[in-house]
Amino acid sequence: MIISRETLRIALGNTKFKVGLAIILIFILWAIIGPLLTPFDNMGYYPVKFGERIAPKPSLPSLKPGSIGEIFTPQGVVKVKHYLGTDSFGRDIYAQLVYGLKSSLVIGLIAGGLATLIGLLIGFVAGYKGGWTDEGLMMITNIMLVIPTMALLIIIAAYLPYRGVGIESLIIGLTAWPWTARAVRAQTLSLKRRGFVELAKISGMRESKILLKEILPNMMSYVFMVFILQFGGSILAAVGLDFIGLGPTRGMSLGIMLQQAVLWNAINLGYWWWAIPPGLVIAILITGLYLINTGLDEIFNPRLRRE
Amino acid sequence: MLRVNDLKVYYKTPSGYIKAVDGVSFEVKKGEIFGIAGESGCGKSTLVNSLILRKPPMIHMGGEALLEGKDIMTLDEKEYRKIRYTKISIIPQYSLNALNPTKKIREIVWDLAKEHGYTDKEEIESKLRERLRMVSLSEQVANMYPIELSGGMKQRVVMVVSTLLDPKILIADEITSALDVTNQRIILELLYYFIKEEKIVDSIIFITHDIGLLDKIADRIMVMYAGKAVEIGPTEKIINKPTHPYTQLLLNSLPRLGINYEKERLQGIPGEPPALLKPPSGCRLHPRCPYATDICTMKEPEMIEIEKSHFVACHMYRG
Amino acid sequence: MKNGSMLRVENLTKVFNTGFIKGFEIRAVDDVSFTINKGEIVSLIGESGSGKTTIGKLILHLLTPTSGRILFKNRDISKLKGADLKAYYQDVQGVFQDPFSSVNPLHRVDHVFDIIFENLLKDVDEKEKNVLVEDALRNVKLNPKNILGKYPHQLSGGQLQRVLLARALILRPQLLIADEIVSMLDASVRIGVLNLLGEFRDKYGMSVLFITHDLSLGYYISDKAIIMYRGRIVEMGDIKKVFHNPLHPYTQMLLQSVPDLNVKWEFKKRIEPEKEEKGIYAISGCRYVFRCPRKVEICQKDRPELLEVEKNHWVACHMYKR
Repeated sequence: MIISRETLRIALGNTKFKVGLAIILIFILWAIIGPLLTPFDNMGYYPVKFGERIAPKPSLPSLKPGSIGEIFTPQGVVKVKHYLGTDSFGRDIYAQLVYGLKSSLVIGLIAGGLATLIGLLIGFVAGYKGGWTDEGLMMITNIMLVIPTMALLIIIAAYLPYRGVGIESLIIGLTAWPWTARAVRAQTLSLKRRGFVELAKISGMRESKILLKEILPNMMSYVFMVFILQFGGSILAAVGLDFIGLGPTRGMSLGIMLQQAVLWNAINLGYWWWAIPPGLVIAILITGLYLINTGLDEIFNPRLRRE
Repeated sequence: MLRVNDLKVYYKTPSGYIKAVDGVSFEVKKGEIFGIAGESGCGKSTLVNSLILRKPPMIHMGGEALLEGKDIMTLDEKEYRKIRYTKISIIPQYSLNALNPTKKIREIVWDLAKEHGYTDKEEIESKLRERLRMVSLSEQVANMYPIELSGGMKQRVVMVVSTLLDPKILIADEITSALDVTNQRIILELLYYFIKEEKIVDSIIFITHDIGLLDKIADRIMVMYAGKAVEIGPTEKIINKPTHPYTQLLLNSLPRLGINYEKERLQGIPGEPPALLKPPSGCRLHPRCPYATDICTMKEPEMIEIEKSHFVACHMYRG
Repeated sequence: MKNGSMLRVENLTKVFNTGFIKGFEIRAVDDVSFTINKGEIVSLIGESGSGKTTIGKLILHLLTPTSGRILFKNRDISKLKGADLKAYYQDVQGVFQDPFSSVNPLHRVDHVFDIIFENLLKDVDEKEKNVLVEDALRNVKLNPKNILGKYPHQLSGGQLQRVLLARALILRPQLLIADEIVSMLDASVRIGVLNLLGEFRDKYGMSVLFITHDLSLGYYISDKAIIMYRGRIVEMGDIKKVFHNPLHPYTQMLLQSVPDLNVKWEFKKRIEPEKEEKGIYAISGCRYVFRCPRKVEICQKDRPELLEVEKNHWVACHMYKR
């Protein structure tokens, strides 16, 4: 009902949308399957069994992409291929990349989802209720909007001794909603004044039903686009946090990879395979999301359709 | 003044061409107000907009429009910019929103004049003041922002701006449809005054869906239906002795003061205007026409002159 | 006049405030009283900003009046809630100006009927419902086969407006608020929709409040006219009396401005263009004083009351004070 067959037809005829969607789907698939197919853990170490215990062991340091690394284990020397080489500590870059991609996508999903949800809720209530509810909610939103988000993130992140991917998503999600709230409020205000709301009222429809059945469905396409934007924004925000060293204390992400590559002079030492892949993946990911968004714009807004 | 010959303007869509204007010919004479009437989607707006600015998906498929002997359909954008506002000018349908809201009227006018090579700012501004007086606005309006003006005042300002560089032809596209009746009358009076008394413009093309307005202001009327001209003639003839069935039906469906439901039942035209993606064969009116015969479904009627300067495209009047 | 009075509006006032701080008042409807009798079509005529649409919304309980009362069959509607309000909507229905914005673009047109049966006609079973809907569509001269199951954008404005009329009429309302229902339709289909209103009145004795800015349409369909200017009634009464013997200077000017085919215009006498109307809602006198060619001193200070100058013909102008 919400996404009609007609919309779907137009969507699949839109090249930008198709390309963007393909990129994102491939990345998601890669992030799911990739970690299963590499013998290394999320930090790029090789897990070695010492009886009951598992100890992560590095391979040979600074190997070029495609080289064969050697890991010394009690069972003997294990030879493994490093698709993207190893870093200065002998950790597998490819494993870091797929695990990093996975955590970045998870952050995008949780943080972006959270920001969209909060923004939608606040914007919707403010727009529909109006009056003092509106004034109050918009005051909070505007205050949140003028506080520089990055500074706030840094302060919050710095005070937390332990930070995981979940906490990072939460911090980002809780700070990224204000502009969504404003946009959703504006949408609700305009929808509320549309004639079909009045028609539903004089048809004896209850207010709660009008909200759910008449107004909300009309916002779904918009909310979907907002989510895509928030998704990309959250990934970038996380990369930013990671890069200045406030990312997850344990685990790997694309931002942490970049941070470490810079920290250990990967570029100066000519280890391009350490610095370039995470940057490239981020760039392609954001491009894909951007393409989906402009594509969606053309799909939902008939005036932008180029035929 | 302006001669349009067999003009065809289509819109390109994924499902084919929309034949919005399909072989229309007419002439606008010096000193006259030429009215174009028709229902929504008849192509009247496309017709005049194609004379000013063609951009995709609007495509010029054939025919010519000669302004002072020169075909303006083949001009490129750069050549065109030179004659816009000086030779031919339009007051667009949504002109109430056409003024840049961040600039004062004075600045809007000066930007426009500068673009057309005017250098004397004082001359332009005194002209602006004079014209504002002409449309019963105070000189102060020049220093106001568009947002400070009411709908009727804005419409008058747009009139002044569009005609400031004394264009030969002024096109007024549904300029009164968003206005109240009193403001509508004021605008009509001003148009009349601009052309007949002040002679600021040479000709006016007035487009409207309300043929009653043309009765008041136009010298000649062209009635359009589904992308075609069906009847062209002097206003008096069109209103009092309409010959094409469509013109007759349209006039009969118009309520007039003095006609009340209790006394006299008016009839609309049955059916709906056709989609121009696949217009009906033959005469495009035939599915709605009470006089339609076999030939109407097969052959397209040609425009014939049934009396002096009164043209009609209908099979009933052949030979 | 008293027998069969269906709707009585008494001293109705609606004030809108713009902005929370430093806003100003717009008295969209200001002390308006009139009645609509059974089987009567009443035109509420005014230009933009006259308050005509606000009155329609107040009667449809979509807005709450600032003061004054609306009595439907002698019952004040302002306190209606829940089941009572639903019962009210069975008797009083509305059709609005823009058919396309009146329907939810995501739903098929059937939806406008569905919500009526879900909320107002719960007892009707599915089979009966289909018969009712198809009959209603045929009544407005539409073929149900070409309409049902379609999305709004697949219909023309004229067809959609008929669907919405059918929706309202399915309830057999006793009063229909028709707010500019033909102003967005083409001339050739306009008159058909108006005739439908007349036919329904003749058949079922339905009353209609026909809100319009178009005087000739108002004249064509109505029995009575109410002329409004800036929130106040300036003249009202029997349609023929108001149109053939307009008394208020505003009504006179309006009628002069109608591009009627019967009259020739002379472009000599210039009509006074609108002027700055700052503080129009604050002045104590007649609101038309800014544009009135015949204003005198008293018009600035005292607000003229509606006076019955001849039988069934009221005017609010100091010229007619006895």
